[in-house]
Amino acid sequence: MPHLLKIEHLFIEAESDQKTKQIVKGIHLTLHRGEVLGLIGESGAGKSTIGLAAMGFSRQGCRIVSGSIVFDGQELFGAPREALRKIWGARIAYVAQSAAASFNPAHRLIKQYMEAPLQHGLMSSEEAKENAVDMYRRLLLPDPEKIGYRYPHQVSGGQLQRAMVAMAMSCQPDIIVFDEPTTALDVTTQVEVLAAIKYITTQFRTAAIYISHDLAVVAQLADRIMVLRYGELVEENDARTMLANPRKEYTRKLLSVRMLRKTKNLSDQKDDVILDIQGVTASYTGQNNVLENINLTIRKGRNVALVGESGSGKSTLARVITGLLPPVQGRIFFKGKELSPNLKSRNREELQKLQMIYQMPDTALNPRHRIRKILGRPLEFYFGMNRKQREERIRELLTQIELPESFIDRFPTELSGGEKQRICIARALAAEPELIICDEVTSALDQLVAEGILHLLQGLQDQLKVSYLFITHDLATVKAIADEIVVMFQGQIVEQGTKKEILTPPHHEYTELLLSSVPEMDPDWLDNLLKARKSGRAKIKPHEIIPRGSLENLPRPAG
Amino acid sequence: MVLKRIGLGLMTLLIISMLIFVGIEALPGDLAEAVLGQNALPETVASFRKELKLDLPPHARYFAWLGDFIQGDFGKSLANGRPIAELIGWRFANSLFLAGAAAAIAVPVAIILGILAAVYRNTLFDRVISMITLSAISFPEFFIAYILIALFSVQFTLFPSIANINVQMNLGEKLYAIVLPCFTLSMVVIAHMMRQTRAAIINIMASPFIEMARLKGLKRLRVTVLHAFPNALSPVINVVALNLAYLVVGVVIVEVVFVYPGLGQLLVDSVSKRDIPVVQASGLIFAATYIGLNLLADVLSILSNPRLRNPR
Repeated sequence: MPHLLKIEHLFIEAESDQKTKQIVKGIHLTLHRGEVLGLIGESGAGKSTIGLAAMGFSRQGCRIVSGSIVFDGQELFGAPREALRKIWGARIAYVAQSAAASFNPAHRLIKQYMEAPLQHGLMSSEEAKENAVDMYRRLLLPDPEKIGYRYPHQVSGGQLQRAMVAMAMSCQPDIIVFDEPTTALDVTTQVEVLAAIKYITTQFRTAAIYISHDLAVVAQLADRIMVLRYGELVEENDARTMLANPRKEYTRKLLSVRMLRKTKNLSDQKDDVILDIQGVTASYTGQNNVLENINLTIRKGRNVALVGESGSGKSTLARVITGLLPPVQGRIFFKGKELSPNLKSRNREELQKLQMIYQMPDTALNPRHRIRKILGRPLEFYFGMNRKQREERIRELLTQIELPESFIDRFPTELSGGEKQRICIARALAAEPELIICDEVTSALDQLVAEGILHLLQGLQDQLKVSYLFITHDLATVKAIADEIVVMFQGQIVEQGTKKEILTPPHHEYTELLLSSVPEMDPDWLDNLLKARKSGRAKIKPHEIIPRGSLENLPRPAG
Repeated sequence: MVLKRIGLGLMTLLIISMLIFVGIEALPGDLAEAVLGQNALPETVASFRKELKLDLPPHARYFAWLGDFIQGDFGKSLANGRPIAELIGWRFANSLFLAGAAAAIAVPVAIILGILAAVYRNTLFDRVISMITLSAISFPEFFIAYILIALFSVQFTLFPSIANINVQMNLGEKLYAIVLPCFTLSMVVIAHMMRQTRAAIINIMASPFIEMARLKGLKRLRVTVLHAFPNALSPVINVVALNLAYLVVGVVIVEVVFVYPGLGQLLVDSVSKRDIPVVQASGLIFAATYIGLNLLADVLSILSNPRLRNPR
């Protein structure tokens, strides 16, 4: 059988600051009709670039240097713009990572759906409209007759992503390129989108290239998986074989399930409560409460994971604790002493004992300051150290976070993402805090780098007995490192307890939904889950416990 | 949101009215003496002052003036005693006519050129357009005006060099009379609007939804006009309004060059004649136009945002 798509010897260069860099180095790729190919890799693996190259497209600053991209007998590399335009949308469609950014905010959904079939002259306006409604219905979008007449900002993130999958199907293409279509979504919404994609690929026999950094997600959809690193192929195999029997060390690392936490003695002692939050209610507008009656205690040396989806109020809680957002009601005690609700009226000691590490190390470090200044500042501010003492302490800190001492003279831009996050950790440590709030500290990092950071935090905790409030949406991380788990939903704590208590059934309904939605390294996980949810064998059905749409309609702050 | 903007606009206008009043108050010399001349008898000056209510304290005069102004009573001209409303009305209409004609040419031309320059950016076309419009904006407008006069009314005698219009003329004759000033004004404002349109569109062209539109196989022109332009409206509206305001307010020089009977010319005349009430009234009308147009731009650019127009 001839290949639907065959890429050979593909080389792609990227240009930045007048330096060219090879980002794809001699990739071979084949795709049969109706086949789903998974492309897996960390950032910089070149997977998105390859996905776009499969359409004969390269982003600004990238250039396909050589190779051949043959789609259904037609060479796309070097093909005239007009020939490519006729293929795009009609025969090869694209689904982007962020539907919110990839839908035009100025047009209604259905208008954007109809655009491709109309412009390619494939359907009449009436046909396209009927088609759209049909596809919205198949992908289980609510109110399929009318949802198309909404603007992109008027539907939730998960619905929008499904609407984009629908849009990709508008011309019934031969291939769809899915570029990390669920990465920006919460786990519970991710399941819905994965179900929609699975439906498309099985029902319409549409071939697909599915790009992701998450092996467990790809495993649900792909027939065959290619693992990429630095623009080169690591290994390629049938999906089930690869999961069962990875050949390369790198793949094994990606596959390994994280389990870092040794079981600790969690017996409570009277006087080791570091932070005690009592009945905190908070609001940004003064009308809607974003947090509702939160009670939470953090003990010395514990790692308390605060889990919840976007909009659940977990970052707001961090803002309340740090004093950035004074609560409407409730009180916060630090080691038995009440903290002033407002940051401005806290004294230096209170500030020093409570430090924070952020999600984006890129924006959390001043790019114009050297590491010496970044780490030296808290030492001077809190302890009044002189230059020599500072220098000594900074070197000590750098060793502690497992970076070479020579980094002291570098600027943040000269470091990688993981190294920057280590500097952020060192900056928090410099203040010698008793509690560090870690706000999604690993979500912007690649899997293996994130693992390194988690290891480091773990080691520091054992050594320094510092407490963490670990805010995250990633349940795998929670399972790996938490001592205690607090589950938040819509501004309230639905369940809290030790990791063992929370992770062993029976669960609270929402916790159950959350836990069951985390993809597992099992190619049948999605099918089984969907079957179970459909037949009602599963204890939960998402829309029964949670009033329909309430999960999705929450305002979604960035991050 | 819209109401707040309007409120702020009115506040600004009030502050400007005060500034105008204080500014004129601070002019050296006594108005009565200036008008009557140095040889006037003290009694005459005193009675004249009384007539002008100059004997009252400044704040009382300010509120009296403002009160009258709001009711449409602009007072009388000192130079010829005619009601200012009558004097200004016709000229303001002329100024609006000239500005309107210039805008009717400049705005579409600028936006179309801007879109084309964005579509064909970094090509020869883009560079030539940029160069021409930039040269036009770099010359002072009186210079452009004289060049146009030298070319089109001296060399080729196609159009009149004096844009004299009066009430008896019909629309065609009026338009013919203002061809050169209209052209001058257009040249000055096109560059600004065109470059802003180009920049706004190019900025939007980097968005993921543009990449999406292209990967749906849409034509380049369609992507630019239907997908990029609606999202670039807000900055474009702002720059258009700013330039329209400039057209109305900043025409003074062009009106003088072409001896056009507009409000700008009146303002210049009145300043030299020390016809203070006319200067005050014209100043305030200019300010109101300027603020009004900017307000309109604010409101329109709020309305051009689909998120605000269609709440969830």
